[in-house]
Amino acid sequence: MSGLRILVGCKRVIDYAVKVRVKPDKTGVVTEGVKHSMNPFDEIAVEEAVRMKEKKLASEIVAVSCGPTQCQETLRTAMAMGADRSIHVEVDAQSYEGMQPIHVAKILSKIAQQEKVDLVFTGKQAIDDDCNQTGQMIAALLDWPQATFASKVEKANGDLTVTREIDGGLETIKVKTPAVLTADLRLNEPRYATLPNIMKAKKKKLEKKKPSDYGVELSPRQQVVSVEDPPVRQAGSKLDSVEELVGKLKDSGLIPS
Amino acid sequence: MSQPALRYQVKLLYKTLLHLGKEYPRGADYFRTRLHAAFMRNKDVTEEAEVKALVAKGEYVVKELEALYMLRKYRTLKKRYYDED
Repeated sequence: MSGLRILVGCKRVIDYAVKVRVKPDKTGVVTEGVKHSMNPFDEIAVEEAVRMKEKKLASEIVAVSCGPTQCQETLRTAMAMGADRSIHVEVDAQSYEGMQPIHVAKILSKIAQQEKVDLVFTGKQAIDDDCNQTGQMIAALLDWPQATFASKVEKANGDLTVTREIDGGLETIKVKTPAVLTADLRLNEPRYATLPNIMKAKKKKLEKKKPSDYGVELSPRQQVVSVEDPPVRQAGSKLDSVEELVGKLKDSGLIPS
Repeated sequence: MSQPALRYQVKLLYKTLLHLGKEYPRGADYFRTRLHAAFMRNKDVTEEAEVKALVAKGEYVVKELEALYMLRKYRTLKKRYYDED
């Protein structure tokens, strides 16, 4: 059996180190002029795919990203890490606001069929909307087995043995390919996309597509009612003496009076 | 520093560090000034072995920075998504 063909989903998100600000009209967060990078969980998925290729388990890695033109930078990063080529599904900024996991899942599952991949690999969730839906939806649309929250992936005669992170422990399952995998944080430590590799990645193939090429219409299924900042932590106060502290604790009923 | 190959190595190291510096927690400008100063300090080094040693030191810094960024990202995510432990 020749190596697996892997499709990796890479979302472009606001960089993890950026302090996110809510728009004054509460419809979303400020994205203009803010540093973006690849979703860290997708980075882990790309890394795992590249490692599988290095172990000769995979034959080709195709990275895919849906979104505005700048997503191409994200795809370059994926290719600098080791993906062979990529597909950019261009969505203009306005429609992108209404784009939800269901749309991405539909596009990715179509691509998976067209490219005849054996494995769809994504991050378990994106750090911007924290939906944690795309991988599962792709599996449902394709009717493929899924192994989500993977923290270890091994190949065992034709099947994949995946260790999953679940509440309070680990679960080991076996899936047959074709399958959908989503990466958890502890799966691996992604390599850094070095400058020479980014330069080399510019020579790799990047296909441009539109959602309509895959017959997907981008009408939102949900409506964002309001986006708000998390509650601000209440400020503490400094007391002058132990007596004062004991008094305060008694007042709030934390110690018996 | 007459050999072109060695000169290329030094330039590549500078570019790599400059690229890494863009993500530096204290800002790209802070990093750039220090990086520039560090290279200027050794601009008169001509001995081949000495230049090679300095390049090796620079490459070590590159590895350290990559590890720092990786750890920083991992810790931030762990704090945000896995608060129970």
